[in-house]
Amino acid sequence: MTTTGRTTWRTVDVVVAAVVAVAFGVVFVAWNALYVAATPLFIALPPAQAILYGVWLLPGVLVGLIVRRPGAALFGGFVAAVVSALIGSQWGLDALISGALQGGGAELAFAIGLYRAWNLPFAMLGGALAGLAAAIHDLPVYYPETGPDFWLVYTVATVVRGIVIGGIGAWLILRALVRTGVLADFAAGREQREV
Amino acid sequence: MELIRPVNVDADAPLARANPVAKLAAAAILLAALFASLDGTTALVILLGLSVTIRWSGIDARSLLRRSWPVGLAAVSIGLFNVLFAVEQVGPIVLELGPIRIGAETLVNGVGLVLRLLAIALAGILATATTEPSDLADALIQQLKVSPRFAIGALAGLRLIPLLARERQTIALARRARGVDAGRNPIVAVRMAGGELVALLVGAVRRGSRMALAMEARGFGAMPARTAARIQRMRRADFAWIAGAAVLAALAIGLSVALGTWRPLLG
Amino acid sequence: MPPAGSSARSEASDDNPAMTAGGRPVAIAARGWGLRHPGRREWALRGVDLDIGAGERVLLLGPSGSGKSTLLAALAGLIDPSGGAQTEGSLLVDGLDPRLARDRSGLLFQDPEAQIVMGRVGDDVAFGLENRCVPTDDIWARAAAALAAVEFPYGMERRTDALSGGEQQRLALAATLALRPGLLLLDEPTANLDPDNAAAIRDVLGRILERGGATLVLVEHRVDEALGLVDRVVVLEAGGGVVADGSPRDVFRERGTELATAGVWVPGLPPPTPERRRRPPSETVVMADAATYRYPGAPTDAVAGIDLQVRSSEALAIVGPNGSGKSTLALLIAGLLPPRRGSVLAGESLYAGHGHEPIAAWPARVLAGRIGTVFQDPEHQFLASTVSDELLLGPRRVGLDPAAALRRADELMERLHLAHLAHANPFTLSGGEKRRLSVASALATAPALLVLDEPTFGQDRRTWSELLDLLAALRDGGRGICFVTHDRPFARALADRFLTLGARA
Repeated sequence: MTTTGRTTWRTVDVVVAAVVAVAFGVVFVAWNALYVAATPLFIALPPAQAILYGVWLLPGVLVGLIVRRPGAALFGGFVAAVVSALIGSQWGLDALISGALQGGGAELAFAIGLYRAWNLPFAMLGGALAGLAAAIHDLPVYYPETGPDFWLVYTVATVVRGIVIGGIGAWLILRALVRTGVLADFAAGREQREV
Repeated sequence: MELIRPVNVDADAPLARANPVAKLAAAAILLAALFASLDGTTALVILLGLSVTIRWSGIDARSLLRRSWPVGLAAVSIGLFNVLFAVEQVGPIVLELGPIRIGAETLVNGVGLVLRLLAIALAGILATATTEPSDLADALIQQLKVSPRFAIGALAGLRLIPLLARERQTIALARRARGVDAGRNPIVAVRMAGGELVALLVGAVRRGSRMALAMEARGFGAMPARTAARIQRMRRADFAWIAGAAVLAALAIGLSVALGTWRPLLG
Repeated sequence: MPPAGSSARSEASDDNPAMTAGGRPVAIAARGWGLRHPGRREWALRGVDLDIGAGERVLLLGPSGSGKSTLLAALAGLIDPSGGAQTEGSLLVDGLDPRLARDRSGLLFQDPEAQIVMGRVGDDVAFGLENRCVPTDDIWARAAAALAAVEFPYGMERRTDALSGGEQQRLALAATLALRPGLLLLDEPTANLDPDNAAAIRDVLGRILERGGATLVLVEHRVDEALGLVDRVVVLEAGGGVVADGSPRDVFRERGTELATAGVWVPGLPPPTPERRRRPPSETVVMADAATYRYPGAPTDAVAGIDLQVRSSEALAIVGPNGSGKSTLALLIAGLLPPRRGSVLAGESLYAGHGHEPIAAWPARVLAGRIGTVFQDPEHQFLASTVSDELLLGPRRVGLDPAAALRRADELMERLHLAHLAHANPFTLSGGEKRRLSVASALATAPALLVLDEPTFGQDRRTWSELLDLLAALRDGGRGICFVTHDRPFARALADRFLTLGARA
């Protein structure tokens, strides 16, 4: 499933990309709050974070799949992080750096596809690279003492989460959105009708 | 979640009035120093320096402390995790509890990590909480020459945060009204969460499309350039913030090196 | 920087040029104009021949889907030919292609939230001025003048998310006027507003037009309220062109009934009120006792100390001004929010078989089988990917066997004219169809009580009538109906009792 994409962004591309990213940010801040309230002694174990962390890898990939232009994934990941810096996270600038890296990972995947491949395999690659980027940020910042064994496990776990939630999850959400007809202004929406 | 900002900020305070790009640059310098150093000394010096800055930031210190308990909790938990699961326990064993053994030096390193995380959070929040998003967008456009299409497009999206938060709550209530519960089944919970996400996204895309049309109706993108209602400048004070951050970073690392406590990330 | 503490209530003098409604009024000319949206088979409009002189004020009418919004968007120069839209004929604004005359026109939309771009009032008005490269030194003065022209009640630093729908629409009008358009295009500007705010906007518009003289093209389906602003009516037909054009009196005399059937609110042709029939005896289904609710983090109670009883075979209307807590009260009655103080309990006929705990504590499955809730925005409640699945979901949740569930779903689709859409995705339906589907899905579990929040919001005359008939029939059949509404005629036609909530201080 490929498209010869135009590289100029229309206003609707930018604004919808931003609003989708913002919607993710809002949902995740809500879920985060729920999570923090429910587990008082949060020992930051990767398994415990599972779903919650994985969803931060979604916005970059999904915005890329919807808008299909260079920079979309990076923009999506970054704006979602801006939401968290504004209303949820007390980490401020560090959240922005994290978000930009994760969006950048997804962006890299679509760049590898020459911005023409917007299918499930590339969504999964996007998720994987977003996860990798997340691990590259997290390990030196949060887990510098824990040694190569842990780093490997953490990286693999985050990449897997990226593939499943960030990649396949984003793909499923895209299909659901296309079926609602709300993406009629976008290439993703028009493709479905031709099929 | 109706509040846009985690803490209340006095907009006339020196830091609040500083150029947003300068603030980000200053914070980035400090973050770089903190990322590069694992020890508590560097972190402590920076933390102290930042705490002094709070007075000029317009942030109410009490409300900041009250809102920051999740960060504090996270920092302590992460520090604890690093101590328990360190590659090796260094130094004389100070705690032994079943299979858990904690070495003195490892414990000190853990404390250092906690301080480091707190400093990262404080540096980060001083930069972002004191900045109005539209001022940041203006500064990015004027100082860093970021394309207005992206900066203002992002701003337009951000302005919908309170609305989307309210819609998320309504959607959750609407699901209860239809008889759909989260229940105990995790698979059902995930599907329900996915459904809620899709419903919210549909509304978001619709509003975004309409907003884009409204923006174009008011001339957005019609002309190759645009003027700015608020001019963002880099004043001497702004450069001073950046210089101050560099000095603080150098001081922190320098002191740590002098005391022999510096632990670089690489090495 | 804007003047500190600037309030928009600055002195407005009529000879101040910044205060006039717009620039030089412009004329419109269409010859055989048509447009087809990308990916559609049918033309939105075709063969439109229309002349509107400078300074004229025209009301554009037609059934839903008759291309009115398309024409406005085209006049504003917003249709992008490279996006795949196909056009024929010619359309000129001020003698130019609309895309070249974009700075002459201003377009106001129906959804207030989707037009506010910035987080602060002043910034939002300044946004358009920045786009048009107005020099920085002039921007704030023009913004202040525009806000004064619409009599905006707050200052420039006010947060836009703290504004009501009416205030937001006023701000959007100011933002448009600041650009001094010669052609003012208004696409159902008051459709999403309650009657008081709608009237306020119309008043402000009237005053502005009197002072200024821009050409006006207005789309509005509540016609009698719009007539004060216009002196000419143009009627469009779907897929076609202009079918009527003249003074309001002439047009309505010729085509009044036809327009009314098509969903337009024609003045002097009110929809029929259902006759009252004999009903089963009434019992209490929900009772609220000193019910109070405050949203987390809010400074005051949304609902305070309300006593009420909702009964079967009866329709209760909850009315009151904006912000009086009507929707919150509806959520309390529906068991979706727990009261902070006081209680909301079910009557015996409603809790039978479950137990006497407060409704808010009932599991969702039990709740759905006894109380059906219809939200203001139907899309918030859609769960399935087809219309028929949507109607099967509820019955399955409450434990009905598949065959019975299927029968009930079919019945509901027939009754609500949705049978031909059985396999469509709910989000792709038209506004009226979505409303009917949301009501049908609430009824699918055969609840004894139906709670509705603004059921006629944004609906045309036809859906309004259908809803009225449907709800009256349900009420006469023994169900309880409790509805929140701004729509006074609807409340008068349906309600047996009223509960009026007071304004917030």
